[in-house]
Amino acid sequence: MQAFVTHRGVVAVLDRENIDTDQIIPKQHLKRIERTGFGAFLFSDWRYFPDGSPRPDFVLNQEHGRRASILVAGKNFGCGSSREHAAWALMDFGFRAVIAPSFADIFRNNSGNNGLLVIELPEERVQMLAQRGRKSGYELKIDLENQTIRDDIGFKIDFAIDPSRRSRLLQGLDEIGLTLMHEADIAKFEQRRSLSSHAPRRG
Amino acid sequence: MQTAKTLFEKVWDAHVVAKREGEPALLYIDLHLVHEVTSPQAFESLRLAGRKVRRPDLTFATVDHNIPTTSDERFHIKDQIAAQQIATLRSNCQSTGIPLFDVGSGRQGIVHVIGPELGLTQPGMTVVCGDSHTSTHGALGALAFGVGTSEVEHVLATQCVAQHEPRSMRIAVSGSLPQGTCAKDLALEIIRQIGTDGGTGYVLEYAGDAVRALTMEQRMTLCNMSIECGARAGMIAPDDTTFAYLKGRRYAPGADAWDTAVSYWRSLATDSDAKFDNEVAMDGSRLEPIVTWGTNPGMSAPVTARIPKPDSARTASERAAILAALDYMGLRPGTAIEDISIECVFIGSCTNGRLEDLRAAASVLRGYKIHSAVTLLVVPGSEAVKRAAEAEGLHRIFTEAGAQWREPGCSMCLGMNPDILAPKQRCASTSNRNFEGRQGREGRTHLVSPALAAASAVAGHFIDVRGWHYKEA
Repeated sequence: MQAFVTHRGVVAVLDRENIDTDQIIPKQHLKRIERTGFGAFLFSDWRYFPDGSPRPDFVLNQEHGRRASILVAGKNFGCGSSREHAAWALMDFGFRAVIAPSFADIFRNNSGNNGLLVIELPEERVQMLAQRGRKSGYELKIDLENQTIRDDIGFKIDFAIDPSRRSRLLQGLDEIGLTLMHEADIAKFEQRRSLSSHAPRRG
Repeated sequence: MQTAKTLFEKVWDAHVVAKREGEPALLYIDLHLVHEVTSPQAFESLRLAGRKVRRPDLTFATVDHNIPTTSDERFHIKDQIAAQQIATLRSNCQSTGIPLFDVGSGRQGIVHVIGPELGLTQPGMTVVCGDSHTSTHGALGALAFGVGTSEVEHVLATQCVAQHEPRSMRIAVSGSLPQGTCAKDLALEIIRQIGTDGGTGYVLEYAGDAVRALTMEQRMTLCNMSIECGARAGMIAPDDTTFAYLKGRRYAPGADAWDTAVSYWRSLATDSDAKFDNEVAMDGSRLEPIVTWGTNPGMSAPVTARIPKPDSARTASERAAILAALDYMGLRPGTAIEDISIECVFIGSCTNGRLEDLRAAASVLRGYKIHSAVTLLVVPGSEAVKRAAEAEGLHRIFTEAGAQWREPGCSMCLGMNPDILAPKQRCASTSNRNFEGRQGREGRTHLVSPALAAASAVAGHFIDVRGWHYKEA
């Protein structure tokens, strides 16, 4: 997994609530068996006309949007389907972080497992960032080590993050590796369960 | 004295493998369900890391998401990318020893339909699947939740997930549901009341007289929609309804183990003095048939109501969301829902593709023809559901009414197979999501119950099924 320590990048704003994973990566693109190459399909129903040509009014088709790496969006971002393709598509396009007032649980986990940093900020702070981010080329610097976000014109805010997620992101650590360090615990649990009257039984 | 626990806490505590300082707990998984769309990358990474599937005996696979629903095409998929995804699942199952309920096996179906139907899902279990509607299995008193592909890989490798303990919320529904309403209406009403993120971070427990009175399949519908209010999972305490449903199913405990299992399952119910982090109370006897009008499952109204006016919004962003939704849906504020014409009706999905759902739709359709402008697709949730429905003659009621009786799969719920809406086509759907483009680009989805969907197919527009004239056989 790609580590996240600090990142400076251009902001793109999607000022909508409840952006679901069906919008982030529509279903017609879920049939591939690879993890890569989904960036081309990110937000594809919003980004392209049915004939495949780009919609000029969509932020990711604008000059600053094409090079954006920090997405600012409305609350409950990533709701709906569990498709990890949503996190893959955002990363593959070039996004390293999403800032919103809240995130759906599964999307949050999927992002953490792929090195995509999701940051929750109070609604009015997100609104302020959205307002500034509409100016083309607005940049933010995110420092995960110190849990701060800054811009070049005096904005600074601290953010909270689950400490275990933070440390895995900082080190780019694969969760499976960590869990396998508990192999003895897992084996012991299985052994104990096999003797328990509460263990599931199959006919 | 032991502290009082909720159903969720009992199941959670029984599965904690390791509590780790500053880290999420490791939770053991009893049942891992796998399908073609969210698993190929997990198997591939596992292979690249030189890791093995730890418990193929606790893992079961099927094909559901992109499988065509016509009898010839399901064995000869024309979409080559979809065909490769299914071929990949077959080869992954073969090389790892994971049982696969393949097309034509007699057991294939939507993963959340076949789990309970085969008795694989049991009370007190932990169940995961790379699919958000895994919450369905909570109807049996299991702790069941959807995970992403990295977590699928994690479970394949370790049989555990790393999870912070969610908070708990009880939704108590009193009274009894009025005639003409069902669990689907209740689920939509709950989402409308608590919001599409009202359940985020929580495991829900549905309780109260109205929930206790639900059949097993209705409970599955209710738990299925838990994810649509953002909840991690939804659960219902196992009771005699649960045990009667499970008894004799293929993978349910056999006669020798049955009594022991039931006595454990009975002990799982929430203790009377257990505390929840949040409580919601509703009066089920006031429930009305619900129709969604917008682009998320919380945007809904009783069938007798009108499309809301944007000025009724509480915030500027909610107003913007209503305007965007009405624009996408091609609807005007103030329109009576019963005045909205439909062109397509979809009956099926992991929400409403079970035998009782098909019976409810068939009883409405018996003796009627669907409206000439409407296409009605009926897609059973599994091969077993299809067999049972045909044994009762339901398929004849559907086809005589003018419906298409299809083969099992997820079908038009998400349109990964050829069953999709045309742009701007309006659909009454018994599925779970009315997101933009969900059933096809620019398609317009209205979520409803099976009975209301069937009645609307006849009328050609939404109609209050409470006034339906049922014809005898």
